Amino acid sequence: MYYFLQQLINGLTLGAMYGLIAIGYSMVYGIIGMINFAHGEIYMIGAFISIISFLLLGVLGITWVPLALLLVLILAMIFTATYGWAVERLAYRPLRGSFRLAPLISAIGMSIFLQNYVQILQGANVKPLPPQVTGGYVLGTDGGFTVQISNIQIIIMLLTVVLMVIFSTIIAKTPLGRAQRACEQDLGMAALCGVNVDRTISLTFVMGAALAAVAGLMATLYYGVIDFFIGFLAGIKAFTAAVLGGIGSIPGAMLGGLLLGLVEAFWSGYFTTEYKDVAAFGILVIVLIFLPTGLLGKPEIEKV
Amino acid sequence: MLELRQVHTHYGRIEALKGITLDVRKGEIVTIIGANGAGKTTLLMTICGNPRASAGRILFEGEDITRLPTYEIVRRGISQAPEGRRIFPRMTVLENLQMGAVPNGERYFAEDVEKVFSLFPRLEERMHQRGGTLSGGEQQMLCIGRALMARPKMLLLDEPSLGLAPMLVQQIFRSIVEINRTQGLTILLVEQNAYQALRIAHRGYVLATGSVVMEGEGRELLASPEIRAAYLEGGH
Repeated sequence: MYYFLQQLINGLTLGAMYGLIAIGYSMVYGIIGMINFAHGEIYMIGAFISIISFLLLGVLGITWVPLALLLVLILAMIFTATYGWAVERLAYRPLRGSFRLAPLISAIGMSIFLQNYVQILQGANVKPLPPQVTGGYVLGTDGGFTVQISNIQIIIMLLTVVLMVIFSTIIAKTPLGRAQRACEQDLGMAALCGVNVDRTISLTFVMGAALAAVAGLMATLYYGVIDFFIGFLAGIKAFTAAVLGGIGSIPGAMLGGLLLGLVEAFWSGYFTTEYKDVAAFGILVIVLIFLPTGLLGKPEIEKV
Repeated sequence: MLELRQVHTHYGRIEALKGITLDVRKGEIVTIIGANGAGKTTLLMTICGNPRASAGRILFEGEDITRLPTYEIVRRGISQAPEGRRIFPRMTVLENLQMGAVPNGERYFAEDVEKVFSLFPRLEERMHQRGGTLSGGEQQMLCIGRALMARPKMLLLDEPSLGLAPMLVQQIFRSIVEINRTQGLTILLVEQNAYQALRIAHRGYVLATGSVVMEGEGRELLASPEIRAAYLEGGH
């Protein structure tokens, strides 16, 4: 039982990070119908900006952890969002109205470019960050096994909940969110209503990138090491999460992320760590075969 | 108010509009009639900049809007109730109206929503329902209401009678005349239902395969033998 509880905590932590990245895939797919394969790299850049920010703050003498965390969070979101914006502006917007595959190919190119760009700038070595947030709580002991929840896990889950509430409110209640939903449902009609469609799409990339940056920061704090290649696997996992939840749906992306995190944690906990990626991608295959619209996705049928 | 001068539009290699010249004056209802595929919808969409005219000029209140992006054209005061109504299906009626009000934001929202509801009381009853669940007639009302929310100087209507029961068609046309009379709104109306359209229009243009083949006053066109033969046969 305690062992189960521990896997649950680990799974939710992992799932929260997948979910935050998955939202970026889902939002972009919803609005322009493309899979932004460079999104995993945006997450990786978020992680690098986080680590660089921590080092800079250390040099400046800001070492009080809560303040440092907050500042790094803000810096990572701003700078990563700029990358997200630039990727859309340079690699996707010029191809809008072109054939369907063009932006997809461009996205793969962007992904390779960003990996190499970070590798050249930062080197190929693994970058360590000394633990910033330590400690935790023991929830119970059963024989030799202790169930723990670390402070960083608490932070990851709380921050995810807070961000989800903020983002859901933006999407549901603000003019920007309304414009985004309108673009998702009928891009041409949104323009006829006076929506600046290009700007709305840009802001969607910015929002997705900001969330990926938070996931990048979380991964940096949680694992303590990053390198230029982490975006690849995380990106594909998050894409799986988005498909599992129903691509285009934001609650679906979060749900898909959490489920995927749980599957990985339980698989690793009860079977073997080595095949956890097989489990994750096995889910992708099964979902695509039996439930192509995902758990919360909507079928493409409209009443005329 | 709106002037088109030798406007051409292409879809790839296909030329959909072959040099359209027409005028709409302030306060008028002008109708464009013509068979399927004559280019009526393309004409309205070209005025809104999507697709863009490949040649010619479009002037609105003296300003050249040919190269402006769609949202800028809308913000200049041209609203469209497009073909197929294109209601946002997963938004409520109220949210659809909020989308119509995008050029003005929240400023006149409460006041304008009241106006739309008094014009189409059915929409008030359906306020919190999703657009996709409305009937065809209700969607058409919502579509026109949404266009009015922008406080346009000019309203473009594309086939508002399409797929509606005759009773509803009458009601929609009455509303169009009412908007024109009471608010002085200039209207450019595209219709296949030539009889109804010409009856309420001050002037009309007949479009055939991308060109204007005839123009004149509504009553004049209604009486013309060619029009009767080509568009009113089996009439109403």
